[in-house]
Amino acid sequence: MVEELKAEVKNLNFYYGKNHVLKNINLPVARRKITALIGPSGCGKTTFLRCFNRMHDLYPGNRYEGEIVLYPDNLNILSPVVDPIKVRMQISMVFQKPNPFPKSIYENVVYGLKIRGVHKKNYLDEVVEKSLRGAALWDEVKDRLHKPAYDLSGGQQQRLCIARALATNPRILLFDEPTSALDPIATAKIEELMVELKKEVTILIVTHNMQQAARVSDYTAFMYLGEVIEFGKTDKIFTNPSEKLTEEYITGRFG
Amino acid sequence: MNFLSGKSFQSVKEKAIETFLFLSAASSILITTGIVFILFYESSGFFKKVSIVEFLTGTQWTPLFSEPRFGVLPLVAGTFLTTTIALLVALPVGLITAMYLSEFAPLRLREILKPVLELLAAVPTVVYGYFALLFLTPLLQKFIPDLSGFNALSPGIIMGIMIVPYVSSVSEDAMSAVPMYIKEGSYAMGATRLQTAFRVVIPAAFSGIAAAFIIGISRALGETMVVAIAAGMMPNWTINPLEPVQTFTSYIVQVSLGDVPHGTLEYSTIFAVGVVLFFITLGANILSFFLRMKFRERY
Amino acid sequence: MRDKVKISKYLDAAFAITGLLFCLIGIGVIIILFVDLFMDGAPRLTLKFFSSFPSRFPDEAGILSAWVGSLLIMFITALAAIPVGVGAGIYLEEYAKKNWFTDFIEINIANLAGVPSIIYGLLALGIFVYMLGFGESILTGGLTLGLLILPIVIIATREAIRAIPQSIREASYACGATKWQTIRWHVLPYSMGGILTGIIIGLSRAIGETAPLVTIGALTFIAFLPSSPISSDFPFISFKWLFDSFTVLPVQIFNWVSRPQKGFHVNAAAASIVLMVMTLLMNGFAIYIRYRFRRKIRW
Repeated sequence: MVEELKAEVKNLNFYYGKNHVLKNINLPVARRKITALIGPSGCGKTTFLRCFNRMHDLYPGNRYEGEIVLYPDNLNILSPVVDPIKVRMQISMVFQKPNPFPKSIYENVVYGLKIRGVHKKNYLDEVVEKSLRGAALWDEVKDRLHKPAYDLSGGQQQRLCIARALATNPRILLFDEPTSALDPIATAKIEELMVELKKEVTILIVTHNMQQAARVSDYTAFMYLGEVIEFGKTDKIFTNPSEKLTEEYITGRFG
Repeated sequence: MNFLSGKSFQSVKEKAIETFLFLSAASSILITTGIVFILFYESSGFFKKVSIVEFLTGTQWTPLFSEPRFGVLPLVAGTFLTTTIALLVALPVGLITAMYLSEFAPLRLREILKPVLELLAAVPTVVYGYFALLFLTPLLQKFIPDLSGFNALSPGIIMGIMIVPYVSSVSEDAMSAVPMYIKEGSYAMGATRLQTAFRVVIPAAFSGIAAAFIIGISRALGETMVVAIAAGMMPNWTINPLEPVQTFTSYIVQVSLGDVPHGTLEYSTIFAVGVVLFFITLGANILSFFLRMKFRERY
Repeated sequence: MRDKVKISKYLDAAFAITGLLFCLIGIGVIIILFVDLFMDGAPRLTLKFFSSFPSRFPDEAGILSAWVGSLLIMFITALAAIPVGVGAGIYLEEYAKKNWFTDFIEINIANLAGVPSIIYGLLALGIFVYMLGFGESILTGGLTLGLLILPIVIIATREAIRAIPQSIREASYACGATKWQTIRWHVLPYSMGGILTGIIIGLSRAIGETAPLVTIGALTFIAFLPSSPISSDFPFISFKWLFDSFTVLPVQIFNWVSRPQKGFHVNAAAASIVLMVMTLLMNGFAIYIRYRFRRKIRW
């Protein structure tokens, strides 16, 4: 691979209690590209994604082994001396179901900055506009920034969550099946948006929808039972997979 | 941004807050420990002078007389009597109310009735005492001429009404928690709501309802002001509800009203009575806690 | 066969009516209670009643020291119970790990919620009055009731927090928030309605409590007000009032209702109206808050 790397997963193992959930995963993440994680449900793709922002630290009984190295810092973000809070400041996440806070649209976007102690009004206003534009939501909400986020439609709420994730200027954006709760039109908008966003930021996306992976991603990893079976350029994975298992999954023989 | 910076001010603050919150939670244990400690500590003087056998089997309770007798049975009888009367009122009324609210009442009506019923538990007990002494007793005397001005019957009934919300709300929670598919199974067989309630819902919610009953018992045992005001302060070794009686709680009130110096035998009697009361209610509370747990695990 | 179905249907309808009637018993009792109190006590409810001290002569007696005492006691109670109760609730929901110690705290709180109030009086008598030497003071009274309502506040806090979906917490963490930031910015604000409801219900229970205050020896004849919290000397704030003796409305009612003279019964009824109105207002307010917050936040 000739791409510049943003991160690299090396020999990652993950345990939930005694369950060995992720097995010896190795994966390069290319800078300013979209990498998709696909596979049947229960294959560990969401668990894998949540290693990147150390979400597993929130619950007891979880254990990581191996490394996720972030470039250019050359830093293992799974290392116990690294504060997960600081990881999450640089690696943002968009969840499966839109989960805006029950506050105003404005407050949702600036939340990540406010908890870092940024309170300058001018600056916050600027970030709100930039992030909402980035999430292709600005034109729809610019006149009602101080209205409750819950008044928005599902698709708008998800784009608001993307704006919230963008506001802190992250290096990597994680998407966990971001369109599974949305209708096709809202889904199309989010997909367009992702392609737009990769000009600025590196994206990892988990999806159960193979067409979606084929449409938006540059690279694809196929996971099965906690292992990465095959990784490569999306075109290649979908047209000419080397592994039999990948081919069976992609052609819909299981999953 | 430096990834590797170690303990920051932020994390010290987080730790301090967590410690404060932990101490708050742990304080509840301190309270229980305090209760057990003080009850044993202050009643130890009593049990040094009075044998436990005399205390538990004597039928005369006259600690404030010049020749004191320390048999707790009259207080047991008084407490048993008022509690039984209260339960005879609270259990059927509470259970039927709960069945009605959970299985029969239309949603809107239920939303109105529930908070109104809760108000029964919100009325200050001293007001109930007034009501029992000056309203219910004179009223009952019209039908029962033998009823004395202070008696076990009238405060018992009022206490029963007072604890209806405790019984009904816990039983109703239990009945509402019975999953719909179980009820639907019964309805699908052509059963009426009443048949479903009796044959399916009540058996399924049994441990929850039992917990509600025990909470009712515990409340009635510990209730103080109604009996202190309307049952008289007479430690009678009787089960006649028409006569004045004294309960554990009203005895404590009686002593507290007088001027009993700290450290005397009379002073320690209230803690001896407190020990008995505390452990009976403790047993009831723990039993009902586990019954509710068991119920929650099932559904 | 058809007859049997018919009978079942009649029984069903009959039970629906019975159930409704049983619910109405509760409401009926509250109405009769109010009417009775008003018929007995309304004539005494003049401005003078609120501005007079207790007296040997029933028609000159008033509730000035009682309502002032009630307010001051409530202030201390709230100060003691709110931070600790809310803190414990947060700890148990957000921090506590699933282990035996947490289970133990949980059983312990469930039990404390059911300990008879008079036992808290004995605890306070032993610890606050004698061991710590606070005497029969406002501080002792307020702390006692604070302990009493602590379980109510804890349980309400926990229930309110439990209603917040985990996805909201994850969203906050994913933005890089710390645990306390997540609690401060999300968990607490979104559970505020439930927590406030619990606090108000707890305080309304405390304001009507009599037994524990009688036990610690709350004097029943107090013809003076506590010392002023503002002093003319530096530093202009005085805490002497904390150690003054006091009376509260329910204790005053108890005192009046226990006397044989009819005139004092009228006073008891009048003071009961005041107490009932206060409790019912607090409960009504709690119901309103619960209703409003429930409408505002939908997940």
